[in-house]
Amino acid sequence: MRPGGFRLGLAIAATHLASRRRQTVMSLLGVMLGVAFFLAVSALMRGSERDFIERLINSQPHVMVSDEFRLPPLQPARQLHPRAAVALSNVKPSSEVRGIRGYKQKMELIAAMPGVRVAPVLSGQVILTFAGKDHGVLMNGVVPKLMSGVSDIEDKIVAGSLEALDANPNGIIIGEALIGKLGVKMGGNVTISSPGGQIRTMKIVGLFSTGATAIDEGQAYVLLKRAQAILNRPDRANRLIMQLDDPYRAREIAAEIEQRIAYRTQSWQETSENITAVLVIRNIIMYSVVSAILVVASFGIYNVISTVVMEKRRDIAILKAIGFHTDDVRRIFLFEGMAIGAMGSVVGVGFGLVLMLILGRVEITLPGTTTLVNLPLYWGFDQMVLAAAFAILSAAGAAYFPARRAAMLQPVDILRGQT
Amino acid sequence: MSEVLRAEGLTRILPGAVPVTLVRDISLSIDHGEFVMIMGPSGSGKSSLLYLLGLLDAPTAGKVWLDGRDTSAFGEDELAELRLASLGFVFQFHFLLAEFSVLDNVLLPMHRLGSLPEEGRHARARQLLADLGLADQIHRRPDQLSGGQRQRVAIARAMANDPLVIMADEPTGNLDTASSRNVRDILSDFARNRGKTVLAVTHDPDFAQAGDRLIRLVDGRIASDGDTGTPDAAGMQLPTPPP
Repeated sequence: MRPGGFRLGLAIAATHLASRRRQTVMSLLGVMLGVAFFLAVSALMRGSERDFIERLINSQPHVMVSDEFRLPPLQPARQLHPRAAVALSNVKPSSEVRGIRGYKQKMELIAAMPGVRVAPVLSGQVILTFAGKDHGVLMNGVVPKLMSGVSDIEDKIVAGSLEALDANPNGIIIGEALIGKLGVKMGGNVTISSPGGQIRTMKIVGLFSTGATAIDEGQAYVLLKRAQAILNRPDRANRLIMQLDDPYRAREIAAEIEQRIAYRTQSWQETSENITAVLVIRNIIMYSVVSAILVVASFGIYNVISTVVMEKRRDIAILKAIGFHTDDVRRIFLFEGMAIGAMGSVVGVGFGLVLMLILGRVEITLPGTTTLVNLPLYWGFDQMVLAAAFAILSAAGAAYFPARRAAMLQPVDILRGQT
Repeated sequence: MSEVLRAEGLTRILPGAVPVTLVRDISLSIDHGEFVMIMGPSGSGKSSLLYLLGLLDAPTAGKVWLDGRDTSAFGEDELAELRLASLGFVFQFHFLLAEFSVLDNVLLPMHRLGSLPEEGRHARARQLLADLGLADQIHRRPDQLSGGQRQRVAIARAMANDPLVIMADEPTGNLDTASSRNVRDILSDFARNRGKTVLAVTHDPDFAQAGDRLIRLVDGRIASDGDTGTPDAAGMQLPTPPP
């Protein structure tokens, strides 16, 4: 189009829309509602997704090194002859104490990485006994000072403290729910029996409550050194758990650590892969549904532009007769569709923000709790751009077909009918 | 005078179950500054010939030269560009854009061509409208004008890009006698005093008398071609329509 042609096309498009004010406003409303609902639903879904991921991240280590290998270590004979056909039989497994060998050195290596906090844990199943009642729990041997940097367990303690383990090496922290089950009280003694036959009497120096029954009834915390003694694994930890300043770097940090220390190192993304896959599917469904609203709105635009093309056949004929190109005519009607899309998007984003403000004030009580919480909302600018871009593209798509029809009109066919 | 428009062997057949021949093997030449009238009974192919010469329709056979350029190989956009710069159209129905003012309707082809600066376009449009007696109507909409005024706006729009040829298809067909005379005088003035070539299709013998040359069509063929003053050209020997 020539320099004046672009503005001219816009001017003609604007005049067409202004001349069919009611239909234009109805189409605008369609796009506006589509964009607003797109935005509100997207904000809710992404807000809940973020909230869920945040809870997921906070409820587990960002990165965890375990005492196993992704691939079993090669036998020395295979290492010596990597290209040869080696057959081994009657191999006797070594009876080495299980756990991460040299975990302190490995911890130092990890702690030197920027933005990474690390703590060792030695976990193992034990049986707690009190007054003839037995209960199996996962005993976690921890270093209280380091543990507070990598876990929120300290926030879950409702009686006593994590540091109490330092003051009392025979201390144990158990879940509040277990108190009722065993009939023991804070400060009372319980007996621990390990699978290896070690038996110790431990004093309850703290109680925690996470709200998750499996954890509250099934886990306990003791000093790492005490756990090593009870499980008979001196100088071993079977997990190194890490908290990162940026949890979303967990995957790359895990890969780097695994490359350096060889033990299997998993990021939270890897351990929660199934859950995050479900979130992706949920997002696809959500965007399909809200996009459908905009697709329906674009039918309104198609209708308006088609009607304008029908009504303006004579105008199209004269424009083409005086020298407008096919593209010029097509552009006029595309402008009309895109103008409805753009204006509907702007108003729709505004209305969507109002909807989000209203939704943000809604308070709900989650099942099993008494706490009131607000609906989690995502306020990111990107979803507004996405909603507007989708609306404008749908509008342009809806306008394209009538615009093409208009551009293909032959002026002489219309002139013959008129004169 | 030099030739501005030439046609050779122009034939236009509308395809269909029963093909209709609109124009059959027409050859003619029109010079710069000529005021040519095309007359003939209904269905004789007058408008079809005008559309072919005006590059609005493509001939089934034959060629059109405009200002020495063979247009037969031109694409749709090239033809549009040629119409924009070299031809001006006036139709029986004014075809003004209803939502645009009189001034904007005249500015439309100038904006599209873009050969003049913005101020120049406005000055030219105002001048054209003033010349046609519409100086005080420029901000009105077409529906606020009389039929004659609308047709004058359409003429101003046809003149906007200073075309080589003005093509008018029954420009007085919808007008009363006074307005018809007015339009006739304007077109005559363009041809005689401004050196424009005017090619007009008409049914009106009075209007036809304003031209220098009259081409009569019968059944899609040229029945006569001569000065408007000659009896043959004036149509005296044409077959009379059945009662």
